[in-house]
Parts: sequence; C-alpha cells; structure tokens
Amino acid sequence: MQAFTHLQALAAPLEGRNVDTDQIIPARFLKKNRDAFYKNYLFHDLRFDEHGELRTEFILNRPLFSGAQILVADENFGCGSSREGAVYCLADYGVRAILAPSFGDIFFNNCLKNGLLPIRLDAKSLDAVRQALLNATDANPTTREISIDLAACTVLAPGLSSPQTFAMDPFWHECLLKGVDELALTLSYATEIAHFEQQHRSSHPWLIA
Amino acid sequence: MNVFQEPTRRTLFEKIWDQHIVMPRPTGPSLLYIDRHIIHEGSFHAFKDLRAGGLSIRNPKQVFGVADHYVPTTSRDPNDAVTQEIKEVILKFDDNMKWSGAHYFSINDPQQGIVHVVGPEQGISLPGSIITCSDSHTSTHGAMGAMAFGVGQSESMHIMATQTLWQTKPLQMRIELTGKPAAGVGGKDIILAVIAKLGVAGAVGYAIEYAGSALQWLTLDERLTICNMTIEAGARSGLIAADDVVFNYLYGRKFAPQGAAWDQALQAWRQLPSDDGCHFDQTLSIDVTQLAPMLTWGTSPDTGVAIDGVIPDPSCLADPHARQAALAALTYMDLAPGTVLNTIKIDRVFIGSCTNSRLSDLRMAANILRGRRAVVPGTVVAGSMLIKQAAEAEGLDKIFIEAGLEWREPGCSMCVGINGDLALANERIASTSNRNFVGRQGPGVRTHLVSPAMAAAAAVTGHFTDVRTLMGQQ
Repeated sequence: MQAFTHLQALAAPLEGRNVDTDQIIPARFLKKNRDAFYKNYLFHDLRFDEHGELRTEFILNRPLFSGAQILVADENFGCGSSREGAVYCLADYGVRAILAPSFGDIFFNNCLKNGLLPIRLDAKSLDAVRQALLNATDANPTTREISIDLAACTVLAPGLSSPQTFAMDPFWHECLLKGVDELALTLSYATEIAHFEQQHRSSHPWLIA
Repeated sequence: MNVFQEPTRRTLFEKIWDQHIVMPRPTGPSLLYIDRHIIHEGSFHAFKDLRAGGLSIRNPKQVFGVADHYVPTTSRDPNDAVTQEIKEVILKFDDNMKWSGAHYFSINDPQQGIVHVVGPEQGISLPGSIITCSDSHTSTHGAMGAMAFGVGQSESMHIMATQTLWQTKPLQMRIELTGKPAAGVGGKDIILAVIAKLGVAGAVGYAIEYAGSALQWLTLDERLTICNMTIEAGARSGLIAADDVVFNYLYGRKFAPQGAAWDQALQAWRQLPSDDGCHFDQTLSIDVTQLAPMLTWGTSPDTGVAIDGVIPDPSCLADPHARQAALAALTYMDLAPGTVLNTIKIDRVFIGSCTNSRLSDLRMAANILRGRRAVVPGTVVAGSMLIKQAAEAEGLDKIFIEAGLEWREPGCSMCVGINGDLALANERIASTSNRNFVGRQGPGVRTHLVSPAMAAAAAVTGHFTDVRTLMGQQ
C-alpha cells in the first residue's frame, strides 16, 4: 500500500449527495480483473455516453479538472454496495484523497485498506471549497489545488481562509502514514487470537467446531 | 475504578461486541473475533490477494461460500451464464472454494440460494454471533439476534486469513415499532417507512436495534426484510433480539447446535436481549398501525411514500441540495410532481432478492396472482433451492406461471443484474429488491421498490395499485 504523507494536487468538485457505489462503478464491470483498464470504469455511465463518447459536461471530463487526484464531494459519498471495485477504480484513476461531510460506512473502510484517504470535513466548509473550485477558471492549475498534510491532519483548500484540521483515528492514521495494511499487525497477534479462540470455544462451543 | 461496580446495562449489540473482543483499545478500532464469514463469487479479489500472499483460510469451518451473484437463473449450469466472462467468474469461485476447504453451496448444490437467505436457513446465522459477508446486505442476519455487517474484499481477505477484523464500535440507535400493521402492510412497507423517516444517511455510524410491540405481528421473514434494508439508511447493522420465533426456526437446522450444545446455546441466547434502561444514543418510535403499502418514487431508497398519495413536489423542499436531487430523480424516473401514484404504469415486475424472496414473500405475491393474469412481463426468483422446492410443493410455481410470470432458479438475479438479468432501457419496474439507484437494474431502468404483494398487484393491473383493493376478491 502506498504511504500517504503529504499531497498537493488538483481537486475536482463533485456535486450531489448520496453518490452511491453503483454510480462510482456500475455492477457490470465488477466481473473484470483489476488491470490497466480498471480506471476507465470510474463513474463510467457519468463519464461516457451510450456510444462510449466522453460526456463533456461531467466534471472529470472538463479540461480544468481532468486527472484530479482529490475529489471534494457531498454527504454520504460512496453509500450502497460494499463493492471494493469502487475504491479500486478511484485509486487506479489516480484519486488519492476524498473530502466529504460523511461517507458510506463500508466504502470508508475500503478506502483505508487501499491507501485512499477519506477526510471528513463539515458540509458548510466543503460547500465553500466546491464553489471556490468551480470559480477557479484561471489557466494556472494551482488555483484548483488542495494541500493535505496527513501527519498534521490539516487541509488547505480554495474557499477556506485557513488550514482546517480533520479528525482521523490514530490506528488508521498510522497505517496510512506508513503505507502498511493492518494484516501484518493482526498476524503478529497470532498468540492472542489463539488464546481468545480457546476461551471462546469453551464459552461458546456451538460457534467453533 | 471500583471493581465492585455494578455491571453496566448494555444493549444487545454491546453484549455481542464485548464477547468478541480479542484486542481491546481505548479508542479507535478493536480487534474482533468473527464467528462466521460468508463469501460469494465476487471474492476473486480477496482470494487473489490471499493466495499471492502465501496465506490460507485460518478456520475453513467458519467460512461459507455461496454462489449467488453471478449464477444464471435460467438453469443450474454455468454454461448457461449470459457471457463467457460471467461463466469464468462462477468457475473461478468453484476453484477458489475447492482450494479454501470451506463449505461450499455451489450452483448445483440442492441447498444453494442467496447468501442472506442461506445463512439463516442452514442455521449458519446464530444469535449472539458475529457474521460478516462481502455484501452490504449482511445486516439481514441481524434478525437472528446476531451482529452482522458487510465488508469489502480487503476486509474479507483479512477475515479469511485471521478470523478477526478491526472494527470501530458504532453508536446505538433503538427504533421502537408499535401497533399492528393493517392487512396488506408488512415488513417491506415498515422498513421503507423507516428509511423515509431517517434518510439514506440518517443512520451512518449507527447500529439499529428494532424493538416494540409490533414485532409480535411480524414473521421472521419480515424481520429479515427489515434488517436487510437497514443498511439503506446508512447503518452498519440492524438487529432484533432473538426470541422463541428465532429459536423454533433454528432448531434442527443443519449448522445449528444439536443436543446438549443446543440447550447450552439457548441458555446463553436468552441472556442477550438489551438490558432494561440501557443507553441508546438515539431513539425513534414508529406506529405501524398508520402505515399504508409503500413504494419509492425516486433514485434512492429513502423516497418511499404511501400508495394513496401523489409524487411529491420538489419545489416544496427548502434545502436547495435536496431540491436539486429530487428534480434530478424525477427527470430520471420520468415522473411529474402531483402524479397520482396508482395511475403510474409499469413495464415489468421483479419478485426476488435477499430482501423479498422467502416463502412467505412468494405466498404473499401468489395470493394476489391466484386466478389472475399479469399484464406485463415479470420474473419470480425464489431465494433458495429449498424455498423453491417448498413453493412448488404448495403449487405456487403454477400460480406464477399461469399468471404469465417466469419462475426461475435461485440467485441475486435482477436485484443487481451482475448475472445479466436486466430490465430493458427506459422500462419502469415494480421490484421487491432493495435499491432503486440510477442504472441499478440496467441502464436507464426506472426502479420502484415495493413489497411482493404490491409487485403482484402492479403486475395484474399494469400500474401501481393499492394491494388492499385486490385482497380477497378472487
């Protein structure tokens, strides 16, 4: 997993609450292996029309925001299905962080497992950020950039007068900063797991064969 | 800390949580022991990581594979998959399950079905246990008095390798259901009303326990429907304390405890209900007596309205974001504000899915369809081979077929359409499934979520109809 320390990158504003994982990746692509084409499935039916042509109005197809590594979304982003393909295609497109007031529960967890940083900030601030990004039509792309410092848990973005801090659970904070997934840590607790299992088997023998 | 402190009053969820902590942490996630993990064909990502990492399934007897998402519903032969690519996903699962050593309900298994139907039916889903599955509707199993939640592929791989998962404890919400539902109103209508009240993000960060006097009027199938769609309000889990209805249902099932172990389990299960006076972070009460049959009008599951109403007017919404979303939904659904709901014509019905494919769901639909003809095409997909068999023993299949509907083999089918069972572009469908998202049942397809009885009523009239007007008239 790629470590996340600091990122300053182009950000795209994504309008609409409750963007579900069926919109992020339609179900018909879930049978695909994760190969070089996977990034094309991201927002597929919003990015491409029925003939496979780019929908020029979609935010990631607009020259000013194409290739954004940071998305600024609205409430309950990634709700719905547990499909991790939603995170795979975001990551493969190049998205490294998503800012939203709230996230779909399973989607949030899936992000953490793939080095994609989900940042919760208040809805009002993010409304301002999205508006500022839309208004930043300057040829200079730095006017559309957001800067994230994960060690300090701060975000500096257009539309915010000063850096905003965000909350991050220390456990996942450390995993993301170091770029390690938690599996190695869990495997190091093999003794504790075996001990628990023994006790659990004796108190709940019907659960463990 | 005073060691002689009285034990704190805990919720059902908290009791289960506490019994499964392998590594406690004061803040953030704790390492929890997972009793049962269920996977489907979409697990190929998890298996790839597992096998590439030189890992194996730690406890194969606590992992169950069920082929449901990609299987054809026209036959029990993977060669009948709609495309070669889909067939390969099914065969890949066969291969991975063989490698895993875990119990496998393959496409040919006489006990195959939809994961969330098979779990309770086989006695895999037990009260007081923690159940995970790589599917968001895992909340279903909470109706068995379990703590159940959906996970992604990385988490699924972690569970298969360690039988544990790092989890942050959710907040606790209690929804009290009071009163008695009217005839023609059931579990699906109740959960659509709950989601409409909470909103699709209203329970993010929560586990919801349902309680109250209305539960006594609901069948176990209806409780499963309610917990199933709890995820659609954003909650991680939905739970109902197990009672004699659950115990009687589980007794003698294949993976349920037997003999002395049953007695011991039963004693433990009876200690699990939430303590009187325990703390909930949020509470809500709904009188189900007042509910009418429901249907959704929009592109998110919280747009449920009573059948005797009209399409709401977005201009009445004060919040500009909500107004914009409602307008976009109406455009996609090709509906105008003020339209009387029972005049909206449909093109197709789908009766099935982990939400509504159990025997009582099929009976409910058959009761309306008996002696009548559907005027639109439709598909009925039983939730499991055992349910299909039981339905056929009662002659329900004949009722569906004589009404002009297709009677198919078990699977997720048109709920998610991954197997190729899709409606046609621009069709309007009355569906007993759980999600009405844009494009969910096929590009351009307009999904209205309803109960099996309401789907049947729409099938025979060709438009949404208050099922109560058709009851007992055949």
